[in-house]
Amino acid sequence: MVRSFFSLRAAGYRFNLVGLIGFCLVAGWAIVALSAPLIIPYPIGEIVDYDYFGPISGQFWLGSDYLGRDILSRILMGARYTVGISLLAVMISCSVGVTLGMTAAVIGGWLDTLLSRFLDALNSIPSKLFGLVVVAGIGSSIPVLVCTLAVIYTPGAYRFARALSVNINTMDFVTVSRARGEGTFFLIRSEILPNIIGPVLADLGLRFVFIVLLLSGLSFLGLGVQPPNADWGALVRENIGGLPFGAPAVMFPSIAIASLTIGVNLLIDNLPQKIRDRSQ
Amino acid sequence: MTNLVEIRDLKIEAKSDAGRIIEIIRGVSFDIAEGEIVALIGESGSGKTTIALSLMGYARSGCRISGGSVTLAGKDMVTLSERARAKVRGTEVSYVPQSAAAAFNPAQTIMEQVIEITRIHDLMPPAQAEARAVDLFKALSLPNAETIGSRYPHQVSGGQLQRLSAAMALIADPKLVIFDEPTTALDVTTQIEVLRAFKSVMKKSAIAGIYVSHDLAVVAQIADRIVVLKGGEIQEIGTTEQILKAPAHAYTRELLAAFEPKHYARPLAETVASPKPPLLEVLDITAGYGPIQVDGLPLMKALKSVSFRLEAGRNLGVIGESGCGKSTLARVIAGILPQAKGDIIFDGRQMAQTAAARQKEELRKLQMVFQFADTALNPSKSIGDILGRPLSFYHGMNARAREARIGQLLDMVRLPSTVRHRRAAELSGGQKQRVNLARALAADPKLILCDEITSALDTVVAAAILDLLKELQRELGLSYMFISHDLSTVRAICDEVIVMYQGEKVEDMPTGLDQGPQHPYSKLLFSSVPKLDPGWLDGLEQDPELVRAFAKR
Amino acid sequence: MNRHVLNLVLARLMIAVITLLIVSFTVFAATVLLPGDVVEVLLGQAATPEAVAGLRAAMHLDDPAIWRFIQWLGGIFTGDFGISYANNMPVADLIGPRLANSLKLAGITTLVSVPVALTLGITAAMWRGSWFDRSVTILSIGIVSVPEFMVATSAVLVFAVYLKWLPALSFANEIHTFGQLLRVYAMPVITLSFVISAQMIRMTRAAVIDTLNTPYVEMALLKGASRKRLVLKHALPNALGPIVNAVALSLSYLLGGVIIVETIFNYPGVAKLMVDAVSTRDLPLIQTCAMLFCIVYLFLITTADIIAILSNPRLR
Repeated sequence: MVRSFFSLRAAGYRFNLVGLIGFCLVAGWAIVALSAPLIIPYPIGEIVDYDYFGPISGQFWLGSDYLGRDILSRILMGARYTVGISLLAVMISCSVGVTLGMTAAVIGGWLDTLLSRFLDALNSIPSKLFGLVVVAGIGSSIPVLVCTLAVIYTPGAYRFARALSVNINTMDFVTVSRARGEGTFFLIRSEILPNIIGPVLADLGLRFVFIVLLLSGLSFLGLGVQPPNADWGALVRENIGGLPFGAPAVMFPSIAIASLTIGVNLLIDNLPQKIRDRSQ
Repeated sequence: MTNLVEIRDLKIEAKSDAGRIIEIIRGVSFDIAEGEIVALIGESGSGKTTIALSLMGYARSGCRISGGSVTLAGKDMVTLSERARAKVRGTEVSYVPQSAAAAFNPAQTIMEQVIEITRIHDLMPPAQAEARAVDLFKALSLPNAETIGSRYPHQVSGGQLQRLSAAMALIADPKLVIFDEPTTALDVTTQIEVLRAFKSVMKKSAIAGIYVSHDLAVVAQIADRIVVLKGGEIQEIGTTEQILKAPAHAYTRELLAAFEPKHYARPLAETVASPKPPLLEVLDITAGYGPIQVDGLPLMKALKSVSFRLEAGRNLGVIGESGCGKSTLARVIAGILPQAKGDIIFDGRQMAQTAAARQKEELRKLQMVFQFADTALNPSKSIGDILGRPLSFYHGMNARAREARIGQLLDMVRLPSTVRHRRAAELSGGQKQRVNLARALAADPKLILCDEITSALDTVVAAAILDLLKELQRELGLSYMFISHDLSTVRAICDEVIVMYQGEKVEDMPTGLDQGPQHPYSKLLFSSVPKLDPGWLDGLEQDPELVRAFAKR
Repeated sequence: MNRHVLNLVLARLMIAVITLLIVSFTVFAATVLLPGDVVEVLLGQAATPEAVAGLRAAMHLDDPAIWRFIQWLGGIFTGDFGISYANNMPVADLIGPRLANSLKLAGITTLVSVPVALTLGITAAMWRGSWFDRSVTILSIGIVSVPEFMVATSAVLVFAVYLKWLPALSFANEIHTFGQLLRVYAMPVITLSFVISAQMIRMTRAAVIDTLNTPYVEMALLKGASRKRLVLKHALPNALGPIVNAVALSLSYLLGGVIIVETIFNYPGVAKLMVDAVSTRDLPLIQTCAMLFCIVYLFLITTADIIAILSNPRLR
């Protein structure tokens, strides 16, 4: 990673410290999510502490939960659910939303009006409420969660990509391509997409944060990831009884969420910038 | 003689995108006497506005005055505290912006903003300030002087707003007024009236002025002395007379030469006798925007029954002011905007209404180049990719053939071959416009529609592009349809000219501009173009009837 | 108000109505049309096929979906929200008192957070780049990027566990004095205020900075105007539309926040009712609560847009 940092700098990119911290947080959680079963100190389902809501100790780095299970292990495994589900959902919502947004902007007319009206309407259902309604209707499972989260955040991705594409679409170089006789697919792939990809990726990061927060919120309400599996939101819910004693089991899953979301925010606010110096 | 303003070794730094500090003003010194009007002339990036703003002790964000002194009436604006500067702004030195439309707050009435300086500095009771404003409105020959102040900025025209912003600057009797390209955004027929108003007010009140402009002819009408700038350095200072008649510096001579591009000489001695079939024939075109009405025509008609023909190898100029429909005409011909009525016959074939419905071969022969070079090039592609696409699209060339042809095309537009690996953002305005031309040439067209292609460029660069167009025509036997608001560029390249006004063709000049205009609007338009003669504005007489009928003042 | 403005406002209202229709269909579809049969939920897995068929008929579940939707929508708009599956009470009776509680919570939060957030947002924009601006920005980004329950649990830890100033849980039914009111509402209001203020501060700041960058503000600066005058006279009147929009959007965050906050503090409001209804799959209750939330949201957004139209000086 340090090497890639320097090679980026050599290629004319500027990277700053805050962005680097963000990158480390995000990359760290990605590695944890991938390798969790190998690095957990205790099996997640096993009651290993005699005490429940045990304190931080050399044996249990982040204390133990309401049954006496190791919190560190449960958080490390929880990363798989929180990161995995959110990542899948954000990929689906952004690829669908961005494709539709670019198409609507390039084709325009009734297709644009219809899509925009419909997706804007979907957008005006508060996200948490949408999740609640779907879970009430069909119950909660991981595929349902992924789909629901993707559907909830597709209108936003659409709106964002459409707004950018509409701006690009009015540029003369798109008109040149149109006058040349190019088809819709070429316009989208070659003229629009390369010019919106940067902001779209930043938006993907933000949307990932929203999805992590919503997923955690739903799990916290008991409507997200179902036991015996537990993501970070569900860990907070399980251990909320420890709140009056200030048990570490309540706080650390929350801190895990915060470190991931703040990390993403820091990273996209301080993305490495290609240095464009036109003064020369 | 006491000097009102003394600028000594002024240096201003700016931070580049990469965070590097660059000096954009490099040690500039000059004086302004009481009541004198000094013009700052230069092309974009010459630092003329930056210097003018430093007279108010102001540097735009990212810039910083790093050295030297700017003394205004004994006060050094560079070392003054922000509070003390604020006291001077509006009262001793005031500012007339380039775009009055953007500089007026949309949420307040005009009067509120015109007299705001008197409120800020607590100079006089509002009623007195308003009376003074009305006097200024009259002096600037604004219509409805008594009531125009109660309107909102979006309710008055651009030319009027520009004069209102002058009233705003003059309300507190400043010692110095800064005019920052105040007529650049206006049409020529509007510009005259605004220039006249500025000139008479300044003369009457004997206020000193700084007039920032890129247009020598405009400056010649109003300035006593001219400062020629380039790259943040002074090239030459002299009286207006001297600069125009006996320029000392090579750069000044270049500017003057570019102002009047070489007259177009036909490459071939033609026998006009044999009537050839026209290359392009436009028949009774009506087009526009907005919902389609009962008669099948759009609500806002930008073109009304326009017809003309253009023979192969000849160049047609389309002249008119903003909103006359000249760009719409090009867009209809290119198939970007479908016409509501009428036919386009190109190279013997009837053209479909939209580009999508035309055949590839038809599209290939007719190319278009746009005004703004930066928005016409995809910023995320290399120049090589941009030029390569028409080659594979129209000619089905493989990668190798493309590479070779791109080299030839760049050579044709006099760009180095290495440009192909760069992106548009790394090129200058003139280079970008050359790439645009190369892209059109890549199709091997018969006709190129040029929509104001030199308007956004500095005069010297624009003159070079015109020369290039002529050369290409000699080599390739192209035709151009050249759309412009600028008579001298059209004169430089066109065999025949049509004049447009409010969507209609008002005059056809089949032998070019030399024959002299017949239609009253053409007469007004042609006579409104400033000349490089300090006495031109004062000596100009225009028929007031004509002015009332056609100028959008 | 001229005709043009009137037309714009009417068009905006039309859009709101169309949106409401789409939203209600989505809510209906999500709860009723998707797989997962209500009857099985009500009767349990062991129900006989006859019993299932009977109940289906009784609940008109075999009617065409669109017909059921129209009937359901008609019911919603005539005040007939149906009967709760869980305890056989009319949904309206269940929601009524809870709604009052929720509105009280939302009202107090609004009164607390809007003035604070607007002041912070505007002043941060005025002194952009200062340490004050930076700390406000960092704090608001921090709060925006953590879940609401983390704000709530942190508030409990600080104010109830360590400082012991406030009770950890709310009970809205035993208030007799102002002091009690303060103590009972303090925790939910603090949490909600933090959540929505962070949004509001960010958006207000951005809106004011946008207008401060315009040429007319630069012009006013060159007239010698003070910073206070620049902001109050030139920037704020033009930023009004975006600011109202920011307030409305942030208040709509209240809807999401309130779901978490009512649950965590055991506050007897509509959101808590709805979360409980989800665990019992009490569909009529869920549908009604969902529609209630959506209508409030639409109302906020539409009002903001209309205010933006009315405050646009170019339309005067």
